[in-house]
This record gives sequence, C-alpha cells and structure tokens, in this order.
Amino acid sequence: MKRRHLLASAALGLGLAFGGAANAQMDSVKACFVYVGTIGDGGWTQAHHASVTKAQEHFGDKVQFQWQESVPEGADSERVLTQMALGGCNIIFTTSFGYMDPTNAVAAKFPNVKFEHATGFKREHPNVGIYNARFYEGRAIEGLIAGRMTKSNKIGYIASFPIPEVIMGINSYFHNAKKVNPDVELSVVWAFTWLDPAKEADAAKALLDQGVDVIAAHTDSTAPLAEIAKSGGNAIGFGQASDMEDYKPTPRVTSIIDDWSPYYIRQIQAVMDGTWVSEDTWDGIKDGTVGIGEFTGLPDEVKAEAEGMRDAIAAGTYHPFTGPINKQDGSAWLAEGQTAPDGDLLGMGFYVEGITGDIPK
Amino acid sequence: MLRLEKRPNPSQFWQYGTPVVAVLLTMIVGGILFAMLGKDPFAVIRTIFWDPIFGEFAFYLRGQLLVKAGPLILIAIGLALGFRAGIWNIGAEGQYIMGAVIGASVGLAVYPTETRLIYPVMVIAGALGGWLWAMIPAILKTRFNTNEILVSLMLVYVAETILAKAATGFLRNPDGAGFPGSRNFSSYKAASNPELIAGSGLHWGGVAALVTAVLVYILLQRHILGFQIKLAGQAPRAARFHGVNPTRLVVFCMGLSGALAGLAGLFEVTGPAGQISIDFNSGYGFTAIIVAFLGRLNPIGIVFAGLLMALTYVGGEMAATNMGLPSAAIQVFQGMLLFFLLGVDVLSNYRIRMFTGGK
Repeated sequence: MKRRHLLASAALGLGLAFGGAANAQMDSVKACFVYVGTIGDGGWTQAHHASVTKAQEHFGDKVQFQWQESVPEGADSERVLTQMALGGCNIIFTTSFGYMDPTNAVAAKFPNVKFEHATGFKREHPNVGIYNARFYEGRAIEGLIAGRMTKSNKIGYIASFPIPEVIMGINSYFHNAKKVNPDVELSVVWAFTWLDPAKEADAAKALLDQGVDVIAAHTDSTAPLAEIAKSGGNAIGFGQASDMEDYKPTPRVTSIIDDWSPYYIRQIQAVMDGTWVSEDTWDGIKDGTVGIGEFTGLPDEVKAEAEGMRDAIAAGTYHPFTGPINKQDGSAWLAEGQTAPDGDLLGMGFYVEGITGDIPK
Repeated sequence: MLRLEKRPNPSQFWQYGTPVVAVLLTMIVGGILFAMLGKDPFAVIRTIFWDPIFGEFAFYLRGQLLVKAGPLILIAIGLALGFRAGIWNIGAEGQYIMGAVIGASVGLAVYPTETRLIYPVMVIAGALGGWLWAMIPAILKTRFNTNEILVSLMLVYVAETILAKAATGFLRNPDGAGFPGSRNFSSYKAASNPELIAGSGLHWGGVAALVTAVLVYILLQRHILGFQIKLAGQAPRAARFHGVNPTRLVVFCMGLSGALAGLAGLFEVTGPAGQISIDFNSGYGFTAIIVAFLGRLNPIGIVFAGLLMALTYVGGEMAATNMGLPSAAIQVFQGMLLFFLLGVDVLSNYRIRMFTGGK
C-alpha cells in the first residue's frame, strides 16, 4: 500500500515538474471540455459544443480538442478532470455549475494545467478562471417582446432553480416587460430541473392553462416550445441556449444563443502565448457571448424596438436594470438613473417590485 | 413455435458460469457496436477493461475503481438479501439520497464543531435516513399489501425533490452567495471521509462494503434468518409452514437494504462527492441492481461484480474521452451486460423446445 502511495505521489510530482515553465509559449495545445449533457441536447451543452466546433475551425491543427459528454456533477467529474489533466490537457473547461468544487480540487493537484469553470464563483487557485455570460441582457429583450405581444397581460417564466442566475433572469424579463406594459402580470413555475422535457412540458402547460400567452424558459430543452406550438398559435416563446430554429417563425420569435466561441478562442490563444491569467469574465451581447437569434413572426414595430434594445445594450447605452427599481417588499433598490452593480446581480436573492409569489426557500 | 421448458435440474456449473459468458458476449456485441461507430473495437475494449488496471494511469485509476465500486457493493448486498426473499426494493437510489441528506444535515447542524464524535453520529444518521425511507414501502406492503416495487421506485423521485430542496434551501452553504450546494465536507475535517491511505481510493465506505460482504455472507450461511430468507424466496409456502413471519422478513430486508443504501450515500457525500448538490445522486442505487444479479445475489460475488461494474464506468469514461465515443455508447455497453446476463440465465434454467404443428 505504501509503495502505491509513493508511486502515486511520484507520478503527480512528475506532472508538476513537467510544467515547471508555467507560462511559456506552447506550439501545440490540448484543450479539453467537460459537458453535463449530451452534445445533441438541443440546449446548453449543444451550445457549448457548437462553440467548441467554431474554436476548432479557428485553430485547425494547432490545438487538439477533447471532450466528454454526460459527466455527472460531483465525484465522477473529479475523476474525469484528473484523467484529462493526466492525459496532457493544457486547459480544461468545465461547463456546468456543479463542477465548481471538483474543478478547484483537481486544480490544486495540477498547478500547471489551466482550469476554466463556467457559471460558478470559486477561484481558490491561481490556475482557475471563471466565466459566465450576461444572459439577463437577453432576458430584457424577451421581456420587452413579452410586454408588447401579450394579449392577456399574463406572461410566464419556467424557472429551474432558485439561484441568483435564474432570479436575475426573471427580474430582467419582468422589469423590461412592465416598462412597456404596466398591466403585465408574471407567473413563475419552478421546475427544479435544468433538463427534463416531461417536467418542462408540464410547466408550459400549466402556464398556458392559466391564460399565459408568452413563456420564457430557463430550462434546456425544446419541450416548452413544443407545448406552446400545440396551443394553436395563441402563445409565443423563445429559444433557450440554442436557436431552436425548428420552431421558427412562431412560436419561437427570437432566442438567446449562448456563443462561447469568442471566449474559448481567446483563452486557448492565451495559453498558447503564455499569457493566460486567472480571471472572472462576464461577457454579454457586446462580446458576442450572448447572441440574440433572428426575430421572426413579430410585427415590424415590435421587431424594430427589440432590435433597438439589443443594439443599445451592445453599445452600453442601456442597462436592463436601470433605476428607479424597488424590491418586491417595496424597499428601494436602485435610484433614478442608477444601474445595477454586478455584485448585486451575482448574489440576487429577491424579486423586483410587482412580481407576486415567493422565491422557494 | 418456440417454447421455453423449465430444466428439471439446472446445472450448478452454469449458475456461476453465466456471468462470465455474459461478459464475453457483451464484449463481442459491444465490439461490433464500437466498430460500427468507426472505432477500433479491440482498442476500445482494451481501454475499458485493461487500461484502468494496468495502463499508464493505473496508479490513479485503480483507486478510482474502489471509489466507484464501494457504494455499488454496499447497496447491492442489501438489495440481494431482499431479492433472495422475493422482496423487490427498487428504490435504493432514494434511500441513498435520504441517507446522504439526513447524515449531512446532522453534520452541518453542528458546524464548525470539531470533535471525533461527529462522524460516527453522522454515519448512524445516514443509515437511519436510508432505513426510514425504506420503511415507507415496507410498512405500506405489510399493512396495506401495496406493491413495494412501485412505492419504492416512486419514492426515488420524492427523494430527488427533497435533495434539490436541501441543496437550494435548508442545507445551502450560507457563505455560497446564494448558489445551490451545501458546505464542502472536505474543508470540515471532523465530518469528512477522506482517503484512508492517500492515492488508494479507499475510504470508510470501501471498508464498510467489505465488512458488510463478510457479515452478510455469514448471515446467509450460518444464521437461521439467512436460511429463512433463502427459503422464503425459493418456496414461500414451505417457508410459511416453517414458521417464517413474512411481515418480519419484509421489514428486515427492506430496512437493511435501506440502511446500507443510506450508509453508502453518507460515505459518498462526506467523501468523494464532498457536498450535497442538486445532482448529487448519480444512479448508484439503480446500477446496484445490475451488480446484485451479476454477483448471483451472493455477497462475495457482489464484491467482484461491483469491481467489474466500476471498471466499465472508469474505463468507459476513458474510452469516451480518449477515443471520442458518445456517452450513450458506453451506457448501451453497460446495459448489454444485464441483458446478456438475464438472457443467458434464462437459457441455463430453461431449454428452448421447437414445436411443429402442435398447439
């Protein structure tokens, strides 16, 4: 037993010694990706993989790409990450929130491998970077369309889990809908899943039964759109994570497309150049990470307004959370003209004024 | 017309020979599948079955086999007892979750107290959590004659919802900026379950699995309860005449398998997983059913079956990453194992008769 222990530490030590020149330039780089779903899931993982494919086209033979699908979050991911690091990956992207602790744990053992974790907040080691996208910018555009298009003044949101990322999306959606339509009411259904077509379809159905006619989803599959499509053209929805173009021109009227390729290309290049540093990156529409899909099936004036908002957010002249905005309990959050600080958004645990119901505890 | 006819005296040899045949058939048909996906079947099979034990990174992966096999063995042994007695606990996944949630709750409730007593108490709480969850189908069965297969299975989904609630609500890390997931036990020493020997992959869960295997083996061979369990499964009427109390048997078998699943969950959450998270459970409770049958419902057989199953996981992951195989192909490969095992079992217990022109 003792000998195996020695061997193990020796091998790990060897791994450490090899990368001694931590930030030297590299001629060839191996970039590895850990996916939570399958590359054909239609949503989150598919979007990541499409971005990887773009990066692959960009780099050609200079970068070797490797990925693994359907890696459970937790103990299994730690093993997959260790295998990748042992297998010579120079930079490893872990593309789901649940990989946060395993990413940091493995990063501690392989200081010369760079780790990039999506949508988390822990950077316990200098070789861990984190990245996320300002999806709330896309939610604002969906909210605007919802406010303009709803006939029943009831709009809906299929929420996944009560975490800041999702609450931020709900608030952005509702706030920007209410801005153009003060009578609008929001119903939120908590699905407590990221991907479960049956539950997502049930959630959409429940909303439609309540008379909701615009539905945004924070879950990954196309099931809500399929359910809306069955409702006979009275309701609309949005593509989530991928364009979901099969539902064009309606019920899918636009989409939030996650395009991580600009980020992946930048970070892999940084590893090649030896300039990679640990950063906390939060890109949005401006950087191309949050893509807004083609507007379809909308009246011209709504389309123009939505395009206007998209361009204003990209140009930095409009922030989806611009005061005055109160919290649900009526207390003040943002003063007139004030925009939301990133810290408030990243830890968001409250609804904005006008949303009824409670965030599940 | 084909018809299955029960063999009067199924061969003792094939009783233990079938798992080997099933593994070989899985390799052959799996190899064909991999070849159809455009991969070299021999390379894939070697990556799955050989590389984790003898390959370049074996020093790390051998330990991982234990990490993966530990909970499978622990759960499968409990299930096997019930299966022998004809009591079908299909909900070990839920009992595994509840063991982890309740055990972790006890530990986190006293955070950050550091005393040696905490971990043993958590272990008991974990076993109790799994036991309680298994008692629901057990009592419903003995009192109201409900079907324990359905009830225990349905309770898995209830447990998953409670798990999500725990991760986003009552066990959420107060220092985690509102993100889901509990505190990580790796940074809470008194309540954590680290590797006992660094790099070996062996933690208390692995130790518990081996000890349980031996104890249950003795129970089955030497104890009257073990005899009753076997009798109830093979000849329920004879068991009744022999004075076996079916209610007691159901409560015992369900309770023990629940407690063992709960233990597995507790060891996992405090060790390899490290924290309660929304997706903490990764299917051990269901995979353990395959392991139980692959191991012939025999505790010692289950130890080997668990290690073999772990091999297909660890090696399968390697094949998926290094050779670009879709994860579904690996899952199909694992599913084939159960399929062929059951298929070969049927043939060793029955013979196929051709009927021509008959009814």
